[in-house]
Amino acid sequence: MNVFDIIGPVMIGPSSSHTAGAVRIGRVANKLMDDRTPRTVEITLSGSFAQTYRGHGTDKALLAGIMGYHSYAEEIRDALEIAKARGIDYTFVKKDIPGAHPNTAVIRFVLEDGTEGSVQGASVGGGNIRVDLVNGMKVDFNGDYHTMLVMHLDRPGVIASVTSLMRYEYADLNISNFHLSREARGGNAIMTIEIDTLPPDSLIEDIRKLEYVTNALLIRKL
Amino acid sequence: MLKYESIRSLTEAAEAKGVKISELVLADQAESMEMSEQELYDRMADSFRVMQESVKEGQKKDQRSTSGLTGGEGWHMNQYAEATNGGLCGPFMTRAIARALAVAGCNASMGRIVAAPTAGSCGILPGCLISLFEDRGFSEHDIVMSMFTAGAFGMVIAANASIAGAQGGCQAECGSASGMAAAALVEVMGGTPTQCGDACAIAIVNQLGLVCDPVAGLVEIPCIKRNVSGLMIAFSSADLALAGIAPKIPVDECIDAMRDVGNVLPAALKETAGGGLAATPTGLKLQEQVFG
Repeated sequence: MNVFDIIGPVMIGPSSSHTAGAVRIGRVANKLMDDRTPRTVEITLSGSFAQTYRGHGTDKALLAGIMGYHSYAEEIRDALEIAKARGIDYTFVKKDIPGAHPNTAVIRFVLEDGTEGSVQGASVGGGNIRVDLVNGMKVDFNGDYHTMLVMHLDRPGVIASVTSLMRYEYADLNISNFHLSREARGGNAIMTIEIDTLPPDSLIEDIRKLEYVTNALLIRKL
Repeated sequence: MLKYESIRSLTEAAEAKGVKISELVLADQAESMEMSEQELYDRMADSFRVMQESVKEGQKKDQRSTSGLTGGEGWHMNQYAEATNGGLCGPFMTRAIARALAVAGCNASMGRIVAAPTAGSCGILPGCLISLFEDRGFSEHDIVMSMFTAGAFGMVIAANASIAGAQGGCQAECGSASGMAAAALVEVMGGTPTQCGDACAIAIVNQLGLVCDPVAGLVEIPCIKRNVSGLMIAFSSADLALAGIAPKIPVDECIDAMRDVGNVLPAALKETAGGGLAATPTGLKLQEQVFG
């Protein structure tokens, strides 16, 4: 904690959890889309988000984040209109997700080239978030660090090949948190790797070339 | 490095070195954040400018909240202050009240604010500090520096109690903001570090047990007006401390008491809109009006 966690953040009101945190969840989707504009977006609101989203501007906040705006951007207020002007076909669905944190949103998007993706995140207070699912797979990060997501097939040695690459080719990078989840033995798996410093783009390119790795993404610190 | 584990450790360190708390905190934070003191100062000065813009935005006649439940409070208070030459509290205080209302109103209408420490309590610190800056002629430098003292006090409160309404009730939000603001006011006025701690203690004591019961779960009713009581308590606590009227219970024990009170508050009174004003017939009617 530092002094700016108390005197700050600078944000668009009215609520750090229902507005600022919602922007941050949207921004995770924006990073996942590599800052491209989606063709369609479907946003599911669960729990308290579903009940109070209109009064808190949670819908505007999520869309603003999806479009890449920060939680201090005044454009948040006009996010619905801006999204329309950009040709984004968006819908909001109110639906309780059993077992999810009370302030949970799921963002599903389709890009112009047909690429699909999804993010499920929760706003856990004070503008802080927790990302629970990416493309349907369990992850564990909060956007406070640069986060690398490595999608791969569940095979022996894949983790070692990724971390060795980091150790020997990118010696300055320090992993601060590591999480692995898989759909089934031998099936699709995903590594969540939080890193203290921003890795160069070449790291992602190099990891994508590794055997059994299907994709790798970098979500910069939010 | 400072540990921010107690207010006493901050005030004693400042007294021992013969410096202001803010000077200690700025140097410490620069070291731990690996940035220069000038960079940190500039960032805080930016936040102070955002606060001033929030006041301007929230004092507009047509200011309305997103839900439509509230709006125009800052403008109304200014009109009244001018028409009555300061009403009951006097020109300085009524203008300060208008500023707190304006910032809280700006927040409710999706304007830009600085959480201090939270969005719900964002009007208290700017209401206090901008009033000293604009109406009492204190330098921007002294005001911006005092924000480091306020921030440091907030760090101690967050570590030992809470600054979240969902965890500790409104005492944790407006109570903390008021305690932080009281300390900053004392520093700007030339009080000692110990007096900063005293003012914080008195402000917290005066809001101990305050529940978080927002109507419809929105940061409007009663949050906007509670920013005013938080501001008034910050000013009166600062004056008490500067007058040498010390609290009988030391500030760190007051913070511990706030934590313990927060822990025994029922969930209905901690930002769930399940009790207090939110559960009154009118509160429920307003909720129905907004969300149907």
